Amino acid sequence: MAEPRHDLSQEPHPGLPSTAPGVDASHRGIHISGLRKRYGSGETAVDALKGVEMQVAPGEVVGLIGPSGSGKSTLLKCLGAVIEPSAGRMTLGGESIYDDGWRTRDLRALRRDKIGFVFQAPYLIPFLDVLDNVALLPMLAGRPNPEARRRALELLDVLDVSHRAQAMPTQLSGGEQQRVAIARALVNRPPVVLADEPTAPLDSERALGVIGILNRMASQYRTAVIVVTHDEKIIPSFRRLYQIRDGRTHEEAGEGRSLR
Amino acid sequence: MISLAGRDILHASGRFILTGMGLGLLIGVTLSMAGIYRGMVDDAQVLLDNSGADLWVVQKDTLGPYAEASSLNDDLYRGILGMPGVARAANVTYLTMQVGRGTEDLRAMVVGVVPGGPGEPGQPGFLVAGRHITRGHFEAVADVATGLGLGEHIRIRRNLYTVVGLSRRTVSSGGDPMVFIPLHDAQEAQFLKDNDAIVHQRRRTAENPAFDRPGVPGLLEAVIASQGINPYVNAVLVRLEPGADPQAVAGEIRRWKRLQVYTRAEMEEILQAKLIATSARQIAMFLAILAVVSAAIVAFIIYTMTMGKIREIAVLKLIGTRDRTIAGMILQQAVGLGLIGFVVGKTVATLWAPIFPKYVLLLPGDALRGLAIVVTICVLASLVAIRAALRVDPAEAIGG
Repeated sequence: MAEPRHDLSQEPHPGLPSTAPGVDASHRGIHISGLRKRYGSGETAVDALKGVEMQVAPGEVVGLIGPSGSGKSTLLKCLGAVIEPSAGRMTLGGESIYDDGWRTRDLRALRRDKIGFVFQAPYLIPFLDVLDNVALLPMLAGRPNPEARRRALELLDVLDVSHRAQAMPTQLSGGEQQRVAIARALVNRPPVVLADEPTAPLDSERALGVIGILNRMASQYRTAVIVVTHDEKIIPSFRRLYQIRDGRTHEEAGEGRSLR
Repeated sequence: MISLAGRDILHASGRFILTGMGLGLLIGVTLSMAGIYRGMVDDAQVLLDNSGADLWVVQKDTLGPYAEASSLNDDLYRGILGMPGVARAANVTYLTMQVGRGTEDLRAMVVGVVPGGPGEPGQPGFLVAGRHITRGHFEAVADVATGLGLGEHIRIRRNLYTVVGLSRRTVSSGGDPMVFIPLHDAQEAQFLKDNDAIVHQRRRTAENPAFDRPGVPGLLEAVIASQGINPYVNAVLVRLEPGADPQAVAGEIRRWKRLQVYTRAEMEEILQAKLIATSARQIAMFLAILAVVSAAIVAFIIYTMTMGKIREIAVLKLIGTRDRTIAGMILQQAVGLGLIGFVVGKTVATLWAPIFPKYVLLLPGDALRGLAIVVTICVLASLVAIRAALRVDPAEAIGG
């Protein structure tokens, strides 16, 4: 069954704020400077990242491409605060999180509040229904269950899957699961979303639909989105691309092809 | 915050319940073992209760009729009856043997008691059917566990006895049901030989020149006559007068009669610390092994369940779930599994307890202790899985 097509107009969804109050949008987004990551030490040391430079503005979706072993996953893990870089600076959502060392001790809270994750597979929690899969994050952030569920339902509505709110993940199609995963990534309204090959298991139409949703959500919530991909069919949709080769990033202009 | 453990259990409820039932059968075996031990202790208690005695007078330097062979002359009770503080005294014999029932036989403890009815030490306290032994020979009162009915005939040695009464919970310390018969019959049964053996013994005695001395007429006949009777009993059961001090009366009997006397407390100590101690240690060992096996099984189940959710745990950690939330989820599942197992185990132990050939006593206190142990084992068993879950790298959720 074909996934419903999405209107990719950049209008915000009524009832949802476009930016967090009191935050200057120009300072949100992603700023990476001189980021290095070395695995091991001595003669066996491997430099996975050799001074990455990257800027992603709020509301912007950029692609990150590169051959296997080029350092994409390492960069994503550094950005996702799951591995520690060796040197450099990272600013997410206007807040310096790494400056030759983590600036916060609570990386778990940093990931929960500042970063949304979309994976290659949706990785929904199989024993929670769709609504609670999305509502879990605000609950983890300490929000009351009714408010968390209300926020989750609003996002599911925006993503056209609110009618499946009570379904279990295994009852959803692949596209629906990925939309729920996107809702989960956005429900805490993080300034940054990291998407790791989110379209890999989808056909062209659904893949483009997912990228369209990410574009729309990024614009709507002023979220900076990095999409790591190998997927040739979605690469033309990015206005800006970063290619990573041998541990260094190279900025390229994308085609920014319309997805409708 | 929603209960992740509860949702996971509900999601895989069939598998969870089946696993819990499997564990429950193991817990049921464990509870039954504890019940068997309690049954043994209770059997020992009822043995003493049923004897109706305050003191047990036995052969000197022996532990009494239940733990060791004890032999007393059957006229000693008269002297004991005259001691201060003694209200009643009665001879008793105990002999565990095979009792014939038609073409089959059954294991029973044959108790020789003085006919006379309730109140006499050694007699069963109450009957559930029939009457007490009133005749001097060939009547029996049997425990209902023997399966015998009123009017049924049983064979003890060469004699047939008619069951005239049925008692309940009259068992030996080993759990064998008791059969009460008249004292003289029981004395005879202890040493009664077949006719060939009697003829053989008489011939051997007659050939002994020491018993056929010239000038001592009637010696041989007297010796042969003494071989045909058994003037011994295993114990004298003593009931004290109200207010009499058991230790004082026991001391007097020891002093003047040169016999061994045990009070109720001492006899309980003999039964529990000596007679069933080895069996109790055996059961304790078995219980310990079962506890270790249960713990290993719970740990394995919880570990396997947790390892099956590694990716979900990595995702949970990546999106900011606290370690204590993940640990709590695993812990709750382990305890939930234990609770299901305990309910199943308690139920099956209760259902199959009456089928056991020996008495299985399931005490509420033991059940509560079992519950506490099960929960403790589950908590300890979950630690392995919790440790594994907390070591999951959230980076595993990100490919590459």
